[in-house]
Amino acid sequence: MILTKAQYEEIAQCLVSVPPTRQSLRKLKQRFPSQSQATLLSIFSQEYQKHIKRTHGKHHTSEAIESYYQRYLNGVVKNGAAPVLLDLANEVDYAPSLMARLILERFLQEHEETAPSKSVINSMLRDPSQIPDGVLANQVYQCIVNDCCYGPLVDCIKHAIGHEHEVLLRDLLLEKNLSFLDEDQLRAKGYDKTPDFILQVPVAVEGHIIHWIESKASFGDECSHHAYLHDQFWSYWNRDGISQCCSGWCGTPGLSDSSASASQSAGITGVRKHFLPGILMKCVCK
Amino acid sequence: MAAVLESLLREEVSVAAVVRWIARSTRGSEVTALTRPQDNPGEAAALSSLRPLRKEFVPFLLNFLREQSSRVLPQGPPTPAKAPGASAALPGRPGGPSRGSRGARSQLFPPTEAPSTAAEAPLARRGGRRRGPGPARERGGRGLEEGVSGENLPGAGGRRLRGSGSPSRPSLTLSDPPNLSNLEEFPPVGSVPPGPTGTKPSRRINPTPVSEERSLSKPKTCFTSPPINCVPNSQPSALDTSPWGLGLPPGCRSLQEEREMLRKERSKQLQQSPTPTCPTPELGSPLPSRAGSLTDEPADPARVSSRQRLELVALVYSSCIAENLVPNLFLELFFVFQLLTARRMVTAKNSDPELSPGVLDSLESPLFQSIHDCVFFAVQVLECHFQVLSNLDKGTLKLLAENERLLCFSPALQGRLRAAYEGSVAKVSLAMPPSAQAVSFQPETDNRANFSSDRAFHTFKKQRDVFYEVLREWEDHHEEPGWDFEKGLGSRIRAMMGQLSAACSHSHFVRLFQKQLLQMCQSPGGAGGTVLGEAPDVLSMLGADKLGRLWRLQERLMAPQSSGGPCPPPTFPGCQGFFRDFILSASSFQFNQHLMDSLSLKIRELNGLALPQHEPSDEDGESDVDWQGERRQFAVVLLSLRLLAKFLGFVAFLPYRGPEPPPTGELQDSILALRSQVPPVLDVRTLLQRGLQARRAVLTVPWLVEFLSFADHVVPLLDYYRDIFILLLRLHRSLVLSQESEAKMCFLNKLLLLAVLGWLFQIPTVPEDLFFLEEGPSDAFEVDTVAPEHGLDAAPVVDQQLLYTCCPYIGELRKLLALWVSGSTGRSGGFMRKITPTTTTGLGAQPSGTSQGLQARLAHAFFHNQPPSLRRTVEFVAERIGSNCVKHIKATLVADLVRQAESLLQEQLVTQGEEGGDPAQLLEILCSQLCPHGAQALALGREFCQRKSPGAVRALLPEETPAAVLSSAENIAVGLATEKACAWLSANITALIRREVKAAVSRTLRAQGPEPAARGERRGCSRACEHHAPLPSHLISEIKDVLSLAVGPRDPDEGVSPEHLEQLLGQLGQTLRCRQFLCPPAEQHLAKCSVDLASLLVADQIPILGPPAQYRLERGQARRLLHMLLSLWKEDFQGPVPLQLLLSPRNVGLLADTRPREWDLLLFLLRELVEKGLMGRMEIEACLGSLHQAQWPGDFAEELATLSNLFLAEPHLPEPQLRTCELVQPNRGTVLAQS
Repeated sequence: MILTKAQYEEIAQCLVSVPPTRQSLRKLKQRFPSQSQATLLSIFSQEYQKHIKRTHGKHHTSEAIESYYQRYLNGVVKNGAAPVLLDLANEVDYAPSLMARLILERFLQEHEETAPSKSVINSMLRDPSQIPDGVLANQVYQCIVNDCCYGPLVDCIKHAIGHEHEVLLRDLLLEKNLSFLDEDQLRAKGYDKTPDFILQVPVAVEGHIIHWIESKASFGDECSHHAYLHDQFWSYWNRDGISQCCSGWCGTPGLSDSSASASQSAGITGVRKHFLPGILMKCVCK
Repeated sequence: MAAVLESLLREEVSVAAVVRWIARSTRGSEVTALTRPQDNPGEAAALSSLRPLRKEFVPFLLNFLREQSSRVLPQGPPTPAKAPGASAALPGRPGGPSRGSRGARSQLFPPTEAPSTAAEAPLARRGGRRRGPGPARERGGRGLEEGVSGENLPGAGGRRLRGSGSPSRPSLTLSDPPNLSNLEEFPPVGSVPPGPTGTKPSRRINPTPVSEERSLSKPKTCFTSPPINCVPNSQPSALDTSPWGLGLPPGCRSLQEEREMLRKERSKQLQQSPTPTCPTPELGSPLPSRAGSLTDEPADPARVSSRQRLELVALVYSSCIAENLVPNLFLELFFVFQLLTARRMVTAKNSDPELSPGVLDSLESPLFQSIHDCVFFAVQVLECHFQVLSNLDKGTLKLLAENERLLCFSPALQGRLRAAYEGSVAKVSLAMPPSAQAVSFQPETDNRANFSSDRAFHTFKKQRDVFYEVLREWEDHHEEPGWDFEKGLGSRIRAMMGQLSAACSHSHFVRLFQKQLLQMCQSPGGAGGTVLGEAPDVLSMLGADKLGRLWRLQERLMAPQSSGGPCPPPTFPGCQGFFRDFILSASSFQFNQHLMDSLSLKIRELNGLALPQHEPSDEDGESDVDWQGERRQFAVVLLSLRLLAKFLGFVAFLPYRGPEPPPTGELQDSILALRSQVPPVLDVRTLLQRGLQARRAVLTVPWLVEFLSFADHVVPLLDYYRDIFILLLRLHRSLVLSQESEAKMCFLNKLLLLAVLGWLFQIPTVPEDLFFLEEGPSDAFEVDTVAPEHGLDAAPVVDQQLLYTCCPYIGELRKLLALWVSGSTGRSGGFMRKITPTTTTGLGAQPSGTSQGLQARLAHAFFHNQPPSLRRTVEFVAERIGSNCVKHIKATLVADLVRQAESLLQEQLVTQGEEGGDPAQLLEILCSQLCPHGAQALALGREFCQRKSPGAVRALLPEETPAAVLSSAENIAVGLATEKACAWLSANITALIRREVKAAVSRTLRAQGPEPAARGERRGCSRACEHHAPLPSHLISEIKDVLSLAVGPRDPDEGVSPEHLEQLLGQLGQTLRCRQFLCPPAEQHLAKCSVDLASLLVADQIPILGPPAQYRLERGQARRLLHMLLSLWKEDFQGPVPLQLLLSPRNVGLLADTRPREWDLLLFLLRELVEKGLMGRMEIEACLGSLHQAQWPGDFAEELATLSNLFLAEPHLPEPQLRTCELVQPNRGTVLAQS
């Protein structure tokens, strides 16, 4: 399925300072019934991440942390069962999971004197039962399950999607009888940075020669095209010579035209997988 | 200058400040730089007052060191003619100005020391290179000896000893000039009569006048001269009193002569005595016999005087070297090696009356007061340059590592050197060329169609014949003592040239000439070494074993004579001499012009050749094999370029070189004006600039240096060439070895450039002041990087073999060390290995006597008669098959071994328990078991090549190839491929196995991971699975939605239907049964989410869609869902499920919020857990027990206690009874809880 740039921009438009909650996603779905939830979620997630990246700093000043913590304490004293932390995060326009981490860190600092290590915090976020304070545990848990853009559960979903799509891609390649080397084989050959698959015999899709395929399993917006091009694709390019990057996400023709560097990848929409496996199939088959 | 050194020694300024100070002067940014913050103001002030002297500091330092060491290295007298400015610049020295350097020098070399002053020390002899601008003119005086043409006129006497015009050495010319080149008339070295040779050097750096060599008709004179300080000299130093101030370098010439004599003597001995015991006797024996008193002084670190001072000077000196402030890195190393191997101190120093004992000035007292000081100083400097040392060839490293003085003064350095030696693979061979080979007839150019007439074609063919006749005659005779090129061949050559009337005939002949030149001189050893290094060419590979041994032997017999000190003049070794003499004898300007055209064209072509660029990142065992080929190709191109450029330079500057001194004053100006109009024969400036821009300096600069080395005296003064020199100087300065800039240039590439540039700066025609006076180029050397990211410079194209081939003078270092060893052999038992002959015949330099040599020549002849494509094909096949063979072995044998290693490892782990022991130890055990199997690789490889090569050759050659040719080609290909593969395998197989096994071990250990039990039973989906299950990511996302609904906050109309929950759990089951898309982290999260879901079910916290009154899950539905979960946990999850979380305070706490509280589901769940064996009773009890410790509301704690009592009270009954019990009292828990 191909999204036009206009459609994409319309969606992105709706996402300006919307909290990353179930409710927002539901509204989005009602607004764009023709798009799959996965596509919407992916766009949502990316837009939100961009937003957080921009505003991250202001939540991490010590004054901000202190004031959040005090507000949390006051709120909990009033009513421990109310979604204090979640409301706080939504109010200040910050991701609930990240807010939970912030408060947890602050809490541990106060109660344990030594600054808690990152791994301790991470494991507490994964399993809030480990948090010594029951009320905080519930608050943190609430934040995590209500956050659809950050948090351990979301990370796991992303990871799972990545893995699944790699498997799907492999199946497709096998089905199409294309000979390829996968990442493990490439690593065994001594490559340090590898795409997911290198085609042993290049193929042409819509007039573009494809040497390797990298599965990104996320919506290919302009920004990620640029970023990935920069971080990964050029290094493959250098390594594997004339590689054509075919990061076929559900990048849109309109979208890709907007940036010269992305045009090549978006022109090959479909060899790449994207959020919807069904779409992937369709694109690859055409 | 001295003031600087003194203030340094007095610790007024730091070493770093001084080095900054010097370096800055050469960069010209003085004013601002002086006030840079890192300079201590005091230091800056102290130094700034000396600013004008800055540029003279380095020359001063070098001269100072040479002078100081003169007593130790008697063969190297101190600086003869210092810059006037330099001596005046000793403000702090009371007697400074009055003490002319002459006085000091003559005191250092009183006649009584004669026996110990060896004459052969070009290095130290050059001590006084730096002179003021004034003396620079005088230098020209030497130039007259460099003329070529004069001596090459027919009859002018090629053997005449040159330089008769030099007034400074009358005694020499009078004594017996002709004898010097006459082998028979000269007595062995040991008995060399006192001659005029023990003279003083004129410059620090230039040992020998160049063109004398060039002008000799006998090529061999050029490149043979013994190494230096080893040859003690019994000549009285009568000449020491000869006028220093003349500015003429008497030493050079006499030096030359002595070398000549030595070389002849040695070669005579070689020829006369077939007993090839070793070269040692010649080198070593004179020592004791002649200079019995000259025993080596042992050096003792404990007896070093003024350590600190030495350390300081060593540090400054090292820093100057490291910053490339000295002209020639290897020259300085040579000097340091000389100090290291100094044998004995001359003790007569106190005869200097001017050295008043009261003066404590740090410069007044000698720096080196004893041999201990010298060695200490040398070791200090060497420590700073370990990196360079470790990149020398293996032989040098070995000698260094075995040097007992080094061991005694710095065991640490010795240890590092030993390690470097053991790790080094840089075996360098400087074998001599095999027999020459004629260029085969070239049908594409040498045919009638390319000639204007039949007659011209016929003439060309006849000339060809004459040319080869001349060549063969030269080959046969040129080593005979009395033979003279001009006398023997000159008239025939000129007659032949006379027949070349048409211009096109000239060009044809020139093409032949050039091809022959390349063929003879560039291919193995023509220029004094084998080109092909580790991967020798076809011929050397055939039967490489014994042939190689013979060549090594030959090399050891020949090598010591093969170069002339650390800075030899440009020469035409070996076959090159023929071509040089041919050009001179022909003396045809048409020929020269055509030759220059042709050489220029070829140089441009080769210089622009796109050489394969190396990808630095995929280095691998296999690509190593391939990479050798590329390195080899680079070596071939580079050596060809150097050869062509040398001849181009020779021919191009031939008309301008003459015996008369370079002009001065107005005459010079007019010559300059004239010459500056002449366009350069080849636009080398542009080529150099482009080369630098494209990061191909490693290719361009070495040949350019060859070209420039033949320039005449006027050339460096021309603007055009001055630009080139300035570019080269900046390049030289920018090549700081210690700067690790892999991306920019490889270490050995830098070393090569430094070596050739350093050599160029020592050529007499290059003005001595050029290097130090260079003030103009202010900024650091910057190349506009329009260049590709990886230029040739960044690729490791240079290896030690190529380095030593291009710069044979680096080998002098090794000889110096070897001489030290041989000198001390008599005493200490010796390190010198004797060559043990295996046969008594055929030990001559010719390997041809052996059948393998014959075989090689046969193969060569075979290829010669076949089209060139045949040879290319065979080499190509051999190359590919060899490489494939390695890959095949890797994929079969090595992979098998790795599998064995894995199973062995499993056994180990089983027997040793979970810990398994130290991984490194495990690896050792495995490797010791497996590596011996690597030996099979050779047999397998041989078999592989045997099997594969013939087919490939057959497929690639034309169908019509005669059977005999085909089978020969096949055999050669098999041999070469086997050779190549086996060479690689035998060198690397053990390392390869080790590496692979190591990777496998770490893989296995990692996979073993923290929970070895969890992994064993992981299973895939069933055979029938079609992978249509929902994706794990989708499920996690769905369950997360339910959880978030349950945890809230939620809108009033939100909720889930019981059907949806059931469906969800059903899907979860499907997903878990289809493992296709499931990765461990996803499964872990699914497990955890399912536990959370169960807790919410138990606490009845899930909002249910439906009539508002209901809003809660029915008991029965809840139980059904819990049953589904239980069975998922039991049957479908393959990873651990965190069931204990069900009883975590947080999840149990959920119950506290429900009103009325219902405990029956929890009790039910607990029972089922136990029944299904998912949790043990004890475990649950423990969890319940810990629950009591948490803070609960009063009533909740009570109910909890009741629940746990109830659970504990249940008898440990087998399942059926439990179930009945449950049926009978379905709501017991609830009742209890509510009571």
